[in-house]
Amino acid sequence: MAKTIEAKDIMLKIAEIIISELKLEDITAETFDPDLDLVDELGIDSMDLTTVALVLQDEYNIIIDEDDYPTLKTVRLISDYIQKELKDK
Amino acid sequence: METVSSLLDKEWLERYKRISRLNIRSSIYDVTNQCNLRCKGCFFFSSDEHKKAVEENDLNKWEQFIDKEKDRGVNLAILIGGEPTLHLDRVEAFYKRLPTYCATNGIIKVPRDRFPDMMVGISLWGDEEDEKVLRGKNVFAISSKNYEGDPYTYYLYTITPKQVGLTEKIIKKIRNVGLKVHLQLLSNDEDVDGFFWSEDQLKDICSEMDDMLDKYPDTVISSKYYHKIITTGEMMGRSFGWKECPSVTEPLDKRYPQPKRLIHFIRWASDLKTMHRCCTSETRDCSTCKDGAAHMSWVMVNKRAHIKTKKDLQNWIEVYEMFAKLYQFIPW
Ligand code: SF4
Ligand code: SF4
Repeated sequence: MAKTIEAKDIMLKIAEIIISELKLEDITAETFDPDLDLVDELGIDSMDLTTVALVLQDEYNIIIDEDDYPTLKTVRLISDYIQKELKDK
Repeated sequence: METVSSLLDKEWLERYKRISRLNIRSSIYDVTNQCNLRCKGCFFFSSDEHKKAVEENDLNKWEQFIDKEKDRGVNLAILIGGEPTLHLDRVEAFYKRLPTYCATNGIIKVPRDRFPDMMVGISLWGDEEDEKVLRGKNVFAISSKNYEGDPYTYYLYTITPKQVGLTEKIIKKIRNVGLKVHLQLLSNDEDVDGFFWSEDQLKDICSEMDDMLDKYPDTVISSKYYHKIITTGEMMGRSFGWKECPSVTEPLDKRYPQPKRLIHFIRWASDLKTMHRCCTSETRDCSTCKDGAAHMSWVMVNKRAHIKTKKDLQNWIEVYEMFAKLYQFIPW
């Protein structure tokens, strides 16, 4: 059965993971702009994305295909991706 | 938390955007174990890498291998050797399939009818005297005739300690034949007497390279930040070396913790099976390694570390632009 988790909660969790994995300073999950471009604005690269994706995979028990990384540009887009994966399960 | 747009003005932001999504995935290929020179200090021969693998001679196997490399996500093939131009059919197999860069000593001219826009980097080891000592002949005299005015060619000038104070003469010679030049430092893998760097020489060559860049900005493809990093081996308070090197062959990279590194990077031997440890000699001491591409990549893969101040990020952009120009991702 499809699980339903609030998009807002997923976005907060993603922001939390990004902040902790990438050791970002002066920012909290609540103040993290979900539409901030992670690559262009934060300078996140594919290695960072891999780290974050691995944690998210464990957290939500889903698989994030490496080919999809380029589409995971913002916290909101990652959240949409996770929601879709959870629905398709 | 700093973001890119909070640090850059409009002009720098445009420059940043031009490169930020290039996503360069390079790998290096030994096209052959043979060479028409035998330079003292050549990492390939001095570390016996030419004996590590028996060269694959079947062109079909090369073509199949390159197709697989493409599927692996490689979007920049860096051809080295030995001397790649001894096997132009293999070079062509790469060129037809992937953005390709060919390192050469310039003795054999890459025919432009077959390779109209392939980027060629010609190795140069100092002035006539140095080249005679280290390479057995004045290679520049031959290569500059072959490539004069070629828009897709530059010199990869390996500066030796004996060149401190003398680089301008060479840079002018390169400018006079209508070519560009990128600078790197000799690592002296074969311990040739008189070719070790002292601290003072490194300081002097750093400011000399800066001066050359200021004086010949249309000829010298470089950046001051890169000069600082290859001469000091330091970046943002960290030291270059094995623990930090980004140019280690990925399947052989068992380092923990993993540093920032080139994604999916492999340096392949000419049997198309064997992998070498890194982009340069397997026997080189990482603590004295001066490999220019490895230092450049070190900066490039550490983008986030440079999103600190305006100057740090501008430095990063300049190094990335330099790399992108040298491998033809953006125009000169
Ligand atoms: S030309 Fe290049 S490959 Fe050949 S011996 Fe000299 S450095 Fe080595
Ligand atoms: S020799 Fe240089 S390029 Fe090779 S692993 Fe060591 S530091 Fe990196």
